[in-house]
Amino acid sequence: MLKLTDGDQAMLNGDRGPAPQLAMSILVRMAGVYGADALMDISQAHIDSTIYLGDATLEFAERLASLGAKVAVPTSLNVSGVDECGWKDWAVAPEWAAKAARQMLAYERMGAVPTWTCAPYQTHMRPVFGQQIAWGESNAIAFANSVIGARTERYPDLLDICCAITGRVPAVGLHLTEHRGGQVLLRLAAVRPALQQDDQFFAVLGHLVGKLAGDLIPVIDGILVQPKEDHLKAFSAAAASSGRVALFHMVGVTPEAPTLDAAFQGRQPAQTIEITTTDLRAARAELTTADGRELDMVILGSPHFSLAEFSQLAPLVAGARAHPRVRFLITSSRLMKEHANETGVLAPIVAFGAEITLDTCILASPMLPPEIKTLMTNSAKYAYYAPSLLNTRVTFGSLADCVRSAIEGRVVRDESVWLIA
Amino acid sequence: MRAAIAGRAIVAGEAEGDALVTHDALSFWGGYDFHTGEIIDRHHPLAGVRAAGRILAVPFSKGSSTTTAVLLEAVRAGTAPAAIVTTGVDAFFALASIVADVMYGKSFPVIALDAADFASLTTGEHLTIELSGVVRRR
Repeated sequence: MLKLTDGDQAMLNGDRGPAPQLAMSILVRMAGVYGADALMDISQAHIDSTIYLGDATLEFAERLASLGAKVAVPTSLNVSGVDECGWKDWAVAPEWAAKAARQMLAYERMGAVPTWTCAPYQTHMRPVFGQQIAWGESNAIAFANSVIGARTERYPDLLDICCAITGRVPAVGLHLTEHRGGQVLLRLAAVRPALQQDDQFFAVLGHLVGKLAGDLIPVIDGILVQPKEDHLKAFSAAAASSGRVALFHMVGVTPEAPTLDAAFQGRQPAQTIEITTTDLRAARAELTTADGRELDMVILGSPHFSLAEFSQLAPLVAGARAHPRVRFLITSSRLMKEHANETGVLAPIVAFGAEITLDTCILASPMLPPEIKTLMTNSAKYAYYAPSLLNTRVTFGSLADCVRSAIEGRVVRDESVWLIA
Repeated sequence: MRAAIAGRAIVAGEAEGDALVTHDALSFWGGYDFHTGEIIDRHHPLAGVRAAGRILAVPFSKGSSTTTAVLLEAVRAGTAPAAIVTTGVDAFFALASIVADVMYGKSFPVIALDAADFASLTTGEHLTIELSGVVRRR
């Protein structure tokens, strides 16, 4: 039975105004759904409800804003439905751009920080280990819980903002230590370090783990390399696209998994699944739906391209030029582009012929012209969603493959490390 | 096969329709076109099937947080499933129904069944969902 504090009850009664009342009324009904006994405080939020889909998402945002809603905790904003300054360069309809911009404005009016990124953990809004937060955006939820050790439930759009306005969440699930232990063991069986060092490895592994984990918390054992932060970002995004992973543990890598025993909180795994190189090859193959070598666009940056990724890309493209037939698009945030510019790594990328879209991505904004039919990407999330959402065919490859293909004007992949048994 | 299954009403309501059953989780963002009510996730076995007005039995949501927003749009557009039946408590589906109620005075039942009862459902059978959470076959 849910017990509310006096503060919760005051909000529910409307003593703090109509917006907290509306947010609290939704939160209380959801506490009933979750079976919560109480609500608890959060100290940060990330809002995925920013994505404009149509009239309902806009009406919800504007209802809250018109009631005078203000966020009660520091709150970052996910991607929107439009690149506010750059949409005219693309196939975005003016009516869409106008409504998506109105939705952006509604959330800004609530006092959230206009980060406009799906990688808020790579901004100054990054939470810390153990921090109680309410985050939307599937990749960000998985990253915050698993890689940082912050604590968020898997929050859906429309609830994230209610948590931010009230500063409260149902005290359930991944907010509580006892629900953060691993549930299924996924063990890499003799997967060579050379393959694990490949630039595509963690995205492919994430895609596979998402499919295998079902609704359980996976523990991955057998990692022999030290992944970069952007590899764990790619893993998080992939596992939260092919599956519903909101928390994973990687033994010897993530903070709640110094040992296998710690990852399972001393319990025995209910189930163990072996992952072989053959399984990984099959998972990688699934991410490619194109069958030829035709290429209209290379697309990078889901989740949003980081400064480290810009820095990795710069020497690969320096002095080269993308083929005139192939567009080369990077989706990122205003902050990351500014950092890339300041550190000098943006200039060679722009000289290569790359275009940069900010605030949004190709999945959240109807920006691609219809002649773009075949994509190449190093993002498992783009590879997963683009065929369904954009009716495009996709080739998945490494960052180096993407650059080489853009230069040659056709798909080229170095698959040598994937072919060795 | 029992004629009445005792489900748990996560969001209570009444609905009637033909069942559309899948054992694979679904993300509505990138998986459901709210303009048409069709399942569009090409990785999903129900890709190309229209779920609008049917009783969609799907074990749980996966993928994007925006699943809830897509479902809210579908309720507003009249293209949502008549009800959603799951195996456990799925906050994403429940929230869409609750917010649809708040915004538009329209909600849909979300019912959780135990795994064996869920497994007994078949596509095409006619189901009635009662306020108590009972799922009745006819």
